[in-house]
Amino acid sequence: MTKTLISVALLAATAAGASPAAAQDKPVLTVYAGDYIASEWGPGPKIETGFEAFCDCDLQFVTGDILPRILMEGENTDADIVFGLNTDVTARARASGLFAPHGQDTTDMTLPVEWSDDVFLPYNWGETAFIYDDTRLENPPASFDELLNAPDDLKIVIQDPRASISGLALLLWVKGVYGDQAPEAWEKLAPKVLTVTKGWSESYGMFTDGEADMVLSYTTSPAYHIAAEDDLTKKAAIFPEGHYFMAELAAQVKGTDQPELAQQFMDWILTPDFQKTIPLANWSLPAKLPEDEWPQVMRNLPRPEKTLFYTEEEAEALRQPALDEWLRAFSR
Amino acid sequence: MAARVLALRSGLGGPAVAAGLGALILGTLAAVAWQAQGLSGLGPWDWRAVRFTVWQAALSAALSAVLAIPVARALARRRFAGRGALVTLLGAPFILPVIVAIMGLIAVFGRNGAINEALRGAGLPEFIIYGWQGVILAHVFFNLPLSVRLILQGWQAIPAERFRLAESLGFAPRDVARHLERPMLRAVLPGVWLAVFLVCLTSFAVALTLGGGPSATTVELAIYQAFRFDFDLGKAATLGLVQIGLCLAAMVLARRISIPAAFGTGLDQTQGPRGPRGWRVGTDALAIMLAALFLLWPIMAVTVQGLPRIPSLPPEVWTAALRSVVMALISAGLALAMCLTLALAIARGRAAWIEAAGMLPIIASPLVLGTGLFILLRGWFSTDALALPVTVAINAIMALPFGLRALIPAAQALREDYGRLADSLDMRGLARLRHLTLPRLARPLGFAGGLAAALAMGDLGVITLFATDQPTLPLKLYQLMGSYRMTDASACAVLLMAISFALFWLFDRGGRLA
Repeated sequence: MTKTLISVALLAATAAGASPAAAQDKPVLTVYAGDYIASEWGPGPKIETGFEAFCDCDLQFVTGDILPRILMEGENTDADIVFGLNTDVTARARASGLFAPHGQDTTDMTLPVEWSDDVFLPYNWGETAFIYDDTRLENPPASFDELLNAPDDLKIVIQDPRASISGLALLLWVKGVYGDQAPEAWEKLAPKVLTVTKGWSESYGMFTDGEADMVLSYTTSPAYHIAAEDDLTKKAAIFPEGHYFMAELAAQVKGTDQPELAQQFMDWILTPDFQKTIPLANWSLPAKLPEDEWPQVMRNLPRPEKTLFYTEEEAEALRQPALDEWLRAFSR
Repeated sequence: MAARVLALRSGLGGPAVAAGLGALILGTLAAVAWQAQGLSGLGPWDWRAVRFTVWQAALSAALSAVLAIPVARALARRRFAGRGALVTLLGAPFILPVIVAIMGLIAVFGRNGAINEALRGAGLPEFIIYGWQGVILAHVFFNLPLSVRLILQGWQAIPAERFRLAESLGFAPRDVARHLERPMLRAVLPGVWLAVFLVCLTSFAVALTLGGGPSATTVELAIYQAFRFDFDLGKAATLGLVQIGLCLAAMVLARRISIPAAFGTGLDQTQGPRGPRGWRVGTDALAIMLAALFLLWPIMAVTVQGLPRIPSLPPEVWTAALRSVVMALISAGLALAMCLTLALAIARGRAAWIEAAGMLPIIASPLVLGTGLFILLRGWFSTDALALPVTVAINAIMALPFGLRALIPAAQALREDYGRLADSLDMRGLARLRHLTLPRLARPLGFAGGLAAALAMGDLGVITLFATDQPTLPLKLYQLMGSYRMTDASACAVLLMAISFALFWLFDRGGRLA
């Protein structure tokens, strides 16, 4: 009886899980991507239809924790492309020796920093920022210093640098602004930190629910509220000390069994066709698209004057000491 | 001949399942260590995490167990309209997906929550949920239902004849407590404490969201960090070993304290004890009302927020919901089969190692388990094809310890009370299963199956490691949150909660009616 039940259920599961067996004879380009990218609310579906429109192939997203996964799989990986790596972890990815050069000209990107990496190709970018709601916080801090010296009842939520990429970016942001004074800065910031969440989503949810006055997010976050919700109250606090640069990167896998397709995909990333899908699907800025071709909502966003960024060697070297400083500040 | 084969098989089933579990959990750990080419040492922050983990788990478990006693006693000795429904409802938090529960707790106890609004209105200082107190509060919220349920089962396992005898002997409530209730609690409480302690040992998201910062770091978070931040599989394996060591130590401790109660057989009158009159009616009512308020308010708060948006959820959410339900049902079936086999073997008095193996999954880090399986299986199967089956299997395994806690006492009682009779009638194999075991164990089996289904429904853990293009409902919830759709996410949370609860209810109901 149990066995019958299990086999029936297994059949049902296969049926529920089976994807349509289309494009069977077409070559498959396997793209490892972060969870949100391939969901129907991320940029994935547009990228898939956009590429399949001319590649005569079947682009398949495989989502999950991409970097740990590909490091474990090593050279046996099925991935042809890795999509959505972050600037601050490329040192580890590069050291694996799994990736091949992208072969793109990166001289005239629309990034606020120089890009000379020949393996990891940015397809979008943004900067860290604290977001607030101007109906709840009428006098937001106008600088990082003002934030540090604000009364302790100003509550912010941040992400854990050990679990989240934006949390790690905050460590580097503070390091970039305060350098050796970072421990003192954290000591001032710690009492204002309502809580530290595992990921960006939990933090952001707490902010929109009104639990916290400010949330660690990106300068581009208000664009979502403006474009999708007609909500003009969410704003990024722009600090003259500068904001930390974050980009999402794509790379092709050296041992790919579809080298032409993979290269074709890399060649497509910086074209306007691809770049135009980024702002309103990924809620971030395109890596190579003149500003007058951005959607109006992105062009209207206030932009920081100064951008802070560490090279991957610097970021890798700073990671552990900065984390220790952070841990000490919060363990008092 | 066939009967002998069957008997042989039923005799070996328990040890086989237990050995399989042990091999799986220790094997995956070994695989992770092997991939890392050895274990790594732990730093001072890791040891802090170990200390915090043990401390919060011990405190959460003690509070859950102690607070559950008056609630369970009140539920055991009072009869009122809607009691059955309330008992089921009070179980809800335990099977709530963590993310939903945290939303609910924040809605009630958060800075903008109802409690703090009332406190502010009365000019009193705020209650701050963020910090270790929030972690404990959340753990009690999650585990009070489990504790109440297990203790209530202890009460119900005292044959009604004993209570009637006590009544005819003119026992005062104090005497009933001394001769019946306290021995039962002595037998049941260590197991309850242990179960909650073990659940809290592997706590991850709760501590991270409500803990207020890194001083509330748990071992499971340190494992996650080792995977995600340091890519240090050796450290993950070491921490996994530490968790298992803590598990075994706690089990030995709880075993030493627990003394089995011997009440003998009864006639299964389900009406239970008649509660004493007088002021105790009031305190019992108060205990039930406070528990209901504490456990159900956060759930109501989430529901009110998300319910109106459910009809407008995109179709992909419903597809994911269907997929999750099917996976949860298979998980529950697997869990029940394993659970019954183990419980019967334990009841036959086979060594403590079977019970230990059955409890191991509670402490095995899902991260280590998932990664280990990934390493072991990826050479043999396509990882995409593996994602869903592995998630189903791991969820079934993860639910085992809870099912066992409910099933072992019942299986032991069955063995004590009917074992010799059945043996003397030479009732074996399928006949014994059908006519004795299943009917007698229907209730705990229904409970165990419901738990397994609901926990599997709400689990996010393993599937994110095994990349898949077939998202489950919890993953969809995270995807919604990850793309700014917080209002849709709150509707999705209500849907997830409703399905988890419905699954539990169906199994539990089925068990009671059988």
